[in-house]
Amino acid sequence: MVQRVDLMAELIKHPQASYLLRIRGESMRDAGIFDGDVVLVDRAITPRSGHVVIAVVENEFVCKTLQLRAGRIKLKAANPTYPDIVPKDSQTVEIWGVVVAAIKQFNA
Amino acid sequence: MFALVDGNNFYVSAERVFRPDLNGRPVVVLSNNDGCAIARSNEAKALGIKMGDPWFQIKHLEDEAGLVALSANFALYGDMSDRMMSLVAGLGHRQEIYSIDESFVDLTGIRGDMIRRSRLIRQRVLQWTGIPTCIGIGPTKTLAKLANHIAKTAERKLGIYPEQFNGHGQDGSIAQICHLGLLSEADRRTLFERTEVTEVWGVGPRIGKQLKDSGIATVQDLVRLDPVTVARRWSVVLERTVRELQGTPCIDLDHEPPAKQQIACTRSFGRPVTEQAELAQAITEFASRTAEKLRRHKQQASQILTFVRTSPFRRQDQQYSRSMVWPLVRPTQDTAVLVNAALEALKAIYRPGFNYAKAGVMLMDLVQEGFAQGELDWGEPSLPNDQNTKNRSRVMGAMDSLNTRYGRGTVKLASGGTEHARLNPTGMPASRWKMRQERRTPGYTTNWQELAVVKG
Repeated sequence: MVQRVDLMAELIKHPQASYLLRIRGESMRDAGIFDGDVVLVDRAITPRSGHVVIAVVENEFVCKTLQLRAGRIKLKAANPTYPDIVPKDSQTVEIWGVVVAAIKQFNA
Repeated sequence: MFALVDGNNFYVSAERVFRPDLNGRPVVVLSNNDGCAIARSNEAKALGIKMGDPWFQIKHLEDEAGLVALSANFALYGDMSDRMMSLVAGLGHRQEIYSIDESFVDLTGIRGDMIRRSRLIRQRVLQWTGIPTCIGIGPTKTLAKLANHIAKTAERKLGIYPEQFNGHGQDGSIAQICHLGLLSEADRRTLFERTEVTEVWGVGPRIGKQLKDSGIATVQDLVRLDPVTVARRWSVVLERTVRELQGTPCIDLDHEPPAKQQIACTRSFGRPVTEQAELAQAITEFASRTAEKLRRHKQQASQILTFVRTSPFRRQDQQYSRSMVWPLVRPTQDTAVLVNAALEALKAIYRPGFNYAKAGVMLMDLVQEGFAQGELDWGEPSLPNDQNTKNRSRVMGAMDSLNTRYGRGTVKLASGGTEHARLNPTGMPASRWKMRQERRTPGYTTNWQELAVVKG
């Protein structure tokens, strides 16, 4: 049987691990994630270098591109006016989840 | 074998998923109307805060110890519970949801390394939902529950139990996961000797004191007793407990001790159910049974959770699982109100085209009868007035005695009848909820306007 495309099923691969969070700020603009967008986050995906992730830095959620090089973590902004985050040795960074989609709503 | 899986300090853990700043801090979640502590983080426990402590008595710890108090966010807990439960279901073939954060899983027919399997499930729940869990396994539900207590205690308080046990997984640790069936009799005795009798499922404070007064202080003291003597000297209920501790399963669904702070009724269907009408019938029955229990315990509920889900074991099926917490206008024990709320929730979460395998109803945020404060007129024309409420509770009382006398279901509500649809005493959106909830966190997973914010 042919069924209408199911947007939820297409986007959400792990329902129990999927969460929506709202972006505030422009640091990921060049990755296509703008202020006010809602991102779909999948915690079931193991984060890899190059993934856009939600990380917890100093008890705050931040959205950045994860870069893993020689065992060192860097959280890269996708906007030249924003600094990357390079955790110090004493700092722990938790990767909360992997961003799999961004939702933009237009005034219509 | 049974497993009992539960979320550690569940309400606090659910809050911490979206509030990383709460990690490492003492946190309590307050009941209905910000009355008393119904969940505590380990740090709050370390401050000496007890379950049920009234807020005004511990408020000073806000300034003195950095205590954070939150109003209960049942919509969040319901959603996180749903995620956790449907993952835990993968541990075995049959799952019985015992409360919002605990479920029994029947491990019959599951082969292989149970410690490894449990660890994988635990790890998955932690990664996917952020909720830490403990798993207890034993040949009876009472032993599984006890094993769960031991697993939790071993993790939280070092030094109470030995750290390693032969034959118990790779590292021999019983923290987080404890499987009594893998331990030698001597090792089990060691654990039982170091666990207080009041930690046994179904041994309440009253009977616990009686036991202690007769020199039965530890689980080991209780296990050693002769069940027949126990029945004669105490009760048939305690006899069943002793038999279960000795390894003979004898507590069925109807004789389970009630969960603290909640009343649940959930069932797996014998065959897949697809129609909303059929689910509504089941939900009506579940809500009615929880309402009966509520009245038996002289309590009232302020929130009702309804859930439906497909079976994770029918891999060919498309999976769906959803729950909804419905806040009630005021604490109630009225079957009609509770059934109505549960059916409204069902209407909201039901999706056609799925093979439903399980459904349930849970009452939460319970208060003692008569504890509910008199409130102002809510200006709700469709609400029954006080006289009505009084009459209704007499109807409920009559219903219970008829059902007790002539069997469950003798008298029941005709669900979906027009009368109830008109009455609609509960159809309150959350915004009408006027209880004091000054410290409630947003509906992170249940409200598009209240999603957690990320610095981009």
